[in-house]
Amino acid sequence: MNGIKYSFLSGARDSIPILLGMVPFGLICGAVSAGAGMSLWGALGFTWAINAGASQLAALQLMEHHASLAVVVLTGLIINLRFFMYSASIAPHLKTMPLPGRALLGFILSDQAYALAIARFHREDGGEVNKPFYFFGAAMAVWVSYSIGAVFGASVGTIIPPAWDLGFAVPLTFIAVVVPAIKDRPAGLAALAAGLVAYFADGLPYNLGLMAGAVTGILTGYLAERRLARD
Amino acid sequence: MTDSEYYWLVALLLGLGTFLIRFSFILVVDRVTFPEAVVRMLRFIPASVLPAIIVPAVLLHGTDGGPVGLARPVAALVAVLAARKTRNILVTILSGMATLWLLRAIL
Repeated sequence: MNGIKYSFLSGARDSIPILLGMVPFGLICGAVSAGAGMSLWGALGFTWAINAGASQLAALQLMEHHASLAVVVLTGLIINLRFFMYSASIAPHLKTMPLPGRALLGFILSDQAYALAIARFHREDGGEVNKPFYFFGAAMAVWVSYSIGAVFGASVGTIIPPAWDLGFAVPLTFIAVVVPAIKDRPAGLAALAAGLVAYFADGLPYNLGLMAGAVTGILTGYLAERRLARD
Repeated sequence: MTDSEYYWLVALLLGLGTFLIRFSFILVVDRVTFPEAVVRMLRFIPASVLPAIIVPAVLLHGTDGGPVGLARPVAALVAVLAARKTRNILVTILSGMATLWLLRAIL
């Protein structure tokens, strides 16, 4: 196992291609916050406190429509329920970290940092880095670039032409991470089932379609693997 | 225009709740042993959650009507092929965005 500095820097370095997608994502969130009438610090405070773009955008949208506090907060939390799954999946790799450090890692856990780190940990050379510090490096890089994007967005975001569709960089980032991670048939079936259910359940409120798709995928992969093991 | 007190309260409550969700398993992992079935299911989390985000984002959201509506799905397909071929994140993102812009320009 290599040193913590090396591991931190490896995580940060491996995240560089993803940062291209993070800046526009932060930018959009910052611009929407500012558009809702927030000051620069208000938009940044929102971004730093929540640090989860999809739920921020949903909350802002509901606030524009004067939804009650409970509805806004609950909707945001339901969208973020996927972090339970990330937390469960990444936790075994982070347990050598002392508790305060783990709290910090939990705070900066993002879709992108999770996806990047878990892909590395599942690779054959995954054990060559100090896992908590690799994750720390990746998550810090993502968090910093997301914040930079939010600052830009809150100040100048409204002048970027919507026709550029910069938000599309977000699903592209996930494609880049998930495709190489689908290495065997159970994982492929899991992905297929998850995508299919998420597609048909998209109309469900509170982003529950995402949860339905994810849970179906996980069960499909698990059952497929058990079946293959029996044959 | 949003009332700023309301805005900060949302930031505080949603931020705190989201942190607790993220921290949950990371907090208890050294005190709780997960059942074998749960451990096996963990492997499928990335392969399930990400497609469940990707598919609706590509096929249902942000799509325009008519032939331009094909731009996102085709760009995503190009990105999938690029990811399979190169396993390179940057190449995947750039090929997808380039395809999107190109199709928007010509369709």
